Amino acid sequence: MMKDPTARIATVERRGDYRLFSIETPEVAGRARPGQFLMIKVSSQPDPLLRRPISIHARENGRLEIFFQVTGRGTEILAGKDAGDTLDIIGPLGKGFSLDERLKGMRALCVGGGRGIAPIYFLAKELREIGALPVVLYGGKTAADIPLRAKFEEAGLPVLCSTDDGSYGFKGFVTGLAAREITSHLPAFLFACGPDAMMKAAARLAQSAGIPAEFSLESLMGCGIGACWGCVKRIRREGQEGWVKICEEGPVFPRSEIVWPEED
Amino acid sequence: MVDLSVDLGFLKLKNPVLAASGTFGYGLEFAPYLNLEKLGGFIVKGLYYGPREGNPPPRLVETPSGLINAIGLQGIGVDAFAAKVLPKLKGLDTSVIVNVCGETEEEYVRVVEFLNGLEGIAAFELNISCPNVRQGGACPALDPGTTFRLVKAVKRTSRLPIITKLSPNVTSIAEIAAAAEEAGADAISLVNTFLAMAIDVGTRRPKLANVFGGLSGPAIKPIALRMVYQVASRVKVPVIGIGGISSGADALEFLLAGARAVEVGTANFVDPDASLRVVREIGEFCERHGIQRVEELIGKLEIG
Repeated sequence: MMKDPTARIATVERRGDYRLFSIETPEVAGRARPGQFLMIKVSSQPDPLLRRPISIHARENGRLEIFFQVTGRGTEILAGKDAGDTLDIIGPLGKGFSLDERLKGMRALCVGGGRGIAPIYFLAKELREIGALPVVLYGGKTAADIPLRAKFEEAGLPVLCSTDDGSYGFKGFVTGLAAREITSHLPAFLFACGPDAMMKAAARLAQSAGIPAEFSLESLMGCGIGACWGCVKRIRREGQEGWVKICEEGPVFPRSEIVWPEED
Repeated sequence: MVDLSVDLGFLKLKNPVLAASGTFGYGLEFAPYLNLEKLGGFIVKGLYYGPREGNPPPRLVETPSGLINAIGLQGIGVDAFAAKVLPKLKGLDTSVIVNVCGETEEEYVRVVEFLNGLEGIAAFELNISCPNVRQGGACPALDPGTTFRLVKAVKRTSRLPIITKLSPNVTSIAEIAAAAEEAGADAISLVNTFLAMAIDVGTRRPKLANVFGGLSGPAIKPIALRMVYQVASRVKVPVIGIGGISSGADALEFLLAGARAVEVGTANFVDPDASLRVVREIGEFCERHGIQRVEELIGKLEIG
């Protein structure tokens, strides 16, 4: 982990609410692993005050890529940046997905919902590097919410899509698609990133199929480096439950450790 | 070469900048981002006697130029601190200060008793002002009598100097400071966070699970500065200024108002090397203005 106050935005792609930036930051890029994230300063002014946690989407030709959705003031300011602008970033932070050599030759379902697809691209590519067989399941509300579909296809990664309204691919939630895939061809592992409700449903699927799984959790973060204790989630280890900082010990956790919140 | 050192009487700091408790982890988290030995010192996260679970999330809300937190002093307790953290800190050439917490007067005393004999701790900062661990934001520092009794009890036990950290959530903070001084506090640090809240208008729910939290960051700096000025005008013991400091200029305002040192807090979240930047900017200011010793600036506010 390191700070790069002069990471240069090389290219910017805009698709509705979504942005894809490629960033020149050779040292951070060199250390990055799928599932890790950056803390990005969006403003040099004190408002908005905090950096924003943004997951690492890809490493292509030595550049890091981020893919994010405008969801509030911070990401709105970030979305306004252009090629040639510099970003002040800290990274790579956190612990990423397990890239276990034992997955070689094995099918691994990589499930991404909405903007949660971001780290799944990096993950699927690295899984393929170690000889695993990633299958990407990509869900969005409508066809407009799955803007990365073509990118997966161009990379030669098998990708199946779902939309809540059926405007593209499987009609329904991406977990419905995952259930179908698990039934038709049992994978050795499941990875997921997306809204809590989606991941909780995916965790249930993995549990009933008896396959190991990992989930990338999301939270507001104060610092991203383990200093503020603001980003905790409920984690169970050796029978003991507690609040664990996801910036430091996550954001990726195995299914067996996550205590999902009850629905309101 | 500017002399940045400041003398608190009981402790000489190589410069007036400390990293504030609750914003600097146990110090080690920041080692990748700055040389800890370049700081005047740092104050580790508040310690209760045992490990403490903290509050349920959401624990943070960002507000204009500010941050409301309701962490609830989650922490590892004195045993784990002594076994796992302190051995890594004790060789450092900087002042390590431990922030001491307690549910009761007895617990504060037990924490101090446990840590008293350990090598590598320069002083204790008595945390009597966290708004997130008792019902409705209550804390001992809201009352001069409670403050007096608690400081007195800890002073009787402690072999190290006691810095008492005050709450701004009072009518007259100078009165609380005077009570702490009378009870024997070696220094006063202020301010802890301002009791605050935020509401999600869509769900009509508080944005923090704890409902209330403590506001920090640049938003509170002017009020903190006023309080530091009032306290420094009232007490004779050294005052350490805290509240929204994120630049050398911010720190200099507090020194002019009478603080002998400052703590950098929320800025550490934004820039892990913020405290060091404050040190550097103080030095640059002194050089530009031909000030040879930073101590020359303390309390030199000119009014009228």
